[in-house]
Amino acid sequence: MCESEEGGGCGGGGRPARAPRGGRPLKCMKCKEGPPVLIIRVGDAFCKACFKDYFVHKFRALLGKNRCIFPGEKVLLAFSGGPASSAMVRQVQEGLSREAAKKLRFKPGILFVDEGGVCGQGLEKRGEVRSQLERILRATGFPYHLVNLEEVFGLPGSILRAVSHSATDHSQSYKEAVDGFIQQQELLQCERTGGPGESLPGRLAELSIQDPSEKETAEVPGPLSISHTAELTRLFGAVKTLTAREELLQTLRNHLILHVARTSGYTKVMMGDSCTRVAVKLLTNLCLGRGAFLAGDTGFSDGRHGDVLVLRPMREYSAKEIAFYNRLFGVPAIFTPALATKAPDRASIHRLIESFLCKLQSDFPSTVSTVYRTGEKLGAAPGDDDSDGATEPERCLLCLCTLDTNVVDGSSLQSTLLSEELCQKPPLSAGSSCCEDAPTQTGCCKAPPVAGAIPPQVWLLPLLCYSCRLTIKDMSCLEPLPPYIHSEAERRRRSRAAMKQEIQEFLLEDDEAPPAS
Amino acid sequence: MPAPVLCQSCGAGRAALRRPKTGQALCRECFVAAFEAEVHGTIVAARLFQPGETVAVGASGGKDSTVLAHLLRLLNQRHGYGLRLLLLSVDEGIAGYRDDSLDAVRRNRGRLGLPLHVVSYRELYGWSMDRIARHVGPKNNCTFCGVFRRQALDRGAALLGADKIATGHNADDVAETVLMNFLRGDVGRLRRCAGILTGSEGALPRCKPLKHAYEKEIVLYAYFQGLDYFSTECVYAPNAYRGHARTLLKDLEAIRPSAVADLVHSGERLAVREDVRMPTQGTCQRCGYLSSQPLCKACVLLEGLNRGLPRLGIGKPSRMQKVLTDAEKPEVGFREDSQQASRAIRTVDF
Repeated sequence: MCESEEGGGCGGGGRPARAPRGGRPLKCMKCKEGPPVLIIRVGDAFCKACFKDYFVHKFRALLGKNRCIFPGEKVLLAFSGGPASSAMVRQVQEGLSREAAKKLRFKPGILFVDEGGVCGQGLEKRGEVRSQLERILRATGFPYHLVNLEEVFGLPGSILRAVSHSATDHSQSYKEAVDGFIQQQELLQCERTGGPGESLPGRLAELSIQDPSEKETAEVPGPLSISHTAELTRLFGAVKTLTAREELLQTLRNHLILHVARTSGYTKVMMGDSCTRVAVKLLTNLCLGRGAFLAGDTGFSDGRHGDVLVLRPMREYSAKEIAFYNRLFGVPAIFTPALATKAPDRASIHRLIESFLCKLQSDFPSTVSTVYRTGEKLGAAPGDDDSDGATEPERCLLCLCTLDTNVVDGSSLQSTLLSEELCQKPPLSAGSSCCEDAPTQTGCCKAPPVAGAIPPQVWLLPLLCYSCRLTIKDMSCLEPLPPYIHSEAERRRRSRAAMKQEIQEFLLEDDEAPPAS
Repeated sequence: MPAPVLCQSCGAGRAALRRPKTGQALCRECFVAAFEAEVHGTIVAARLFQPGETVAVGASGGKDSTVLAHLLRLLNQRHGYGLRLLLLSVDEGIAGYRDDSLDAVRRNRGRLGLPLHVVSYRELYGWSMDRIARHVGPKNNCTFCGVFRRQALDRGAALLGADKIATGHNADDVAETVLMNFLRGDVGRLRRCAGILTGSEGALPRCKPLKHAYEKEIVLYAYFQGLDYFSTECVYAPNAYRGHARTLLKDLEAIRPSAVADLVHSGERLAVREDVRMPTQGTCQRCGYLSSQPLCKACVLLEGLNRGLPRLGIGKPSRMQKVLTDAEKPEVGFREDSQQASRAIRTVDF
């Protein structure tokens, strides 16, 4: 191979790598040696080894560029069994096993959330999936957690509170942050083991992989409690649309992941969203009214929880690249049906956007990457992150984003609220006469209380962002929601009521929504 | 259901429709009252107009602008906005479409009793859309038409001494534009398109009083009020990229009716990162109109047409701008050397 290359390409530079016009490329465009196995971009044929280098480099480059994982930090890999998260786990394995310099230095753990309970899988099938998974997970050598979605019924209300955390402060340099982190770890270590003398065995225990994995998997209750599965079924049965069901599932899953991360001491969570997935999510969330949160929902790092940072290290790989990688390098993946599996294109907004983008992509091949790059240009809403600490911004009960429901004059939200009021009005006030005297005060229409027909959602809605309100509005009743949501809602309402009590005498108008800033 | 559904608002009348926006069953009177109150609410809340202003209503003869003109006249009287209203139409010169719709505008003028002024592409640019389409071919017609119309409206309104332009853009249009600009990666427009009142510095301010009105409700309102409007799709429209966004929006609305308002909400709340370079607004070297480039889009497109290179303004803007601004210097003998210039440009691969 090399001989023919040298004979023909002497002094010709990169010539022989490209095939004669229109034909297949003969050599890898990178090393100019190996036989090409796939074409990544138009005209760029890679051999297997170069593709692997390219793939691995992308992952490490993204982590290196953002520099937010500290040496020795525990990182939780959210693993669904699908291609993207499987490839992500493999990347971490590669990074840790490397003898070469620049070895990744964090301590990974894997989390699988079993959603079979809402996706129509029987216990038997779920057991099957489980054993298949365990085989894959055990082979990674990382500690792992298998968690059932049913466990959301046992979550604490604190999961819905963001923990303010100084380490997310980006103003300091990475080196300082690392030093701070290590000091903190040592402090914790001492506290845990009771003294510096005992720290060695403690550290050894952490280094050995088998032991903690045994311990951690044992934490998970083995047999599924049937009652919780029934509760889960009832919960999702109360949701009227597939769109809202998808959103609810995502919300609950995120809470569960966060819970596992917090209870097991992980301070970073890696999600396997690919570039294609990010593009779909961007457009979907745009349609769901989450415009203000697009950056947090799809960006590389998402610090809305405060203490646990969510990372998306796979977001620069297209789904196709991942599929090729998994196939070429034998990355195992398992298929588990999701909520929308086998559903028609128009069953939910999620499905519709996915099929729309894929179809458009086949006509206009840059669609996905354009949408992805549009998302790159978005940031957090002003006043979202740069809060001065004194006044913690109010956050959505479910998605923990800063509320986007302050009523701005002339906004879509204001108009929607007005439409709802006008149509529910008791018959006595006709037309627009009610607003005539005080045109700028939309509050005047709220005065007549609507008797009787109060939907059960009303008391929860003020605690939610625009988009989560839509999800909750699609529920026929709220009782099936897990207890931690109810208890936290109650707590917030009480603290809000207490606050209101304190400032009551200064309020001119009794208004539900916080004033426009 | 055999028994008639009662209106959920007044509880007395028989419901005549289910509101697309809220899903409530309403009688005719309640719907009309609610729709008018909502547009009034939007106008008041967003402070779109000041007393004493002259407002040019962009009138195409279609449903949106017909309803807008009707509503503005009605609300102006009912709530005493103190506005002087004018109708302003643009004649693009599209046979079988605009000539018929302009007839509808003329009929409405009589009914509303508002003055009407028509500006035509032929007068302003020397090209009618039909002639442009013959040169350009089946694609990109909407690019020309949209760019020219925007400027034509401004010029017409300035001619009439208007302080503001009101256009009939509805919630569906805004949602569609948000989707389209997201798909195209146009962050500059993405931020602007959801605004209700735009372009206050430099150009004439424009507002969209129907920004929160669903397209379907506008049709319903026009139907109940017996408004006379023209409803045929433009003969050149089917090839536009916007069609993709439009189809998607219709599908979205079928799944979740609030999706239109949700998209508008998203558009309003989008925050562009501070370090992203945004186009800076300047003025066109040639005509003085607002432009982010040395030459405004209308001048570039027109230049392309006049040079016999209709595709000049379509595609990569940077190279073309350079070619044009370079050619700008020997401005005097422009007509004469246009042959030569066009030959020189042909070597550039567009």
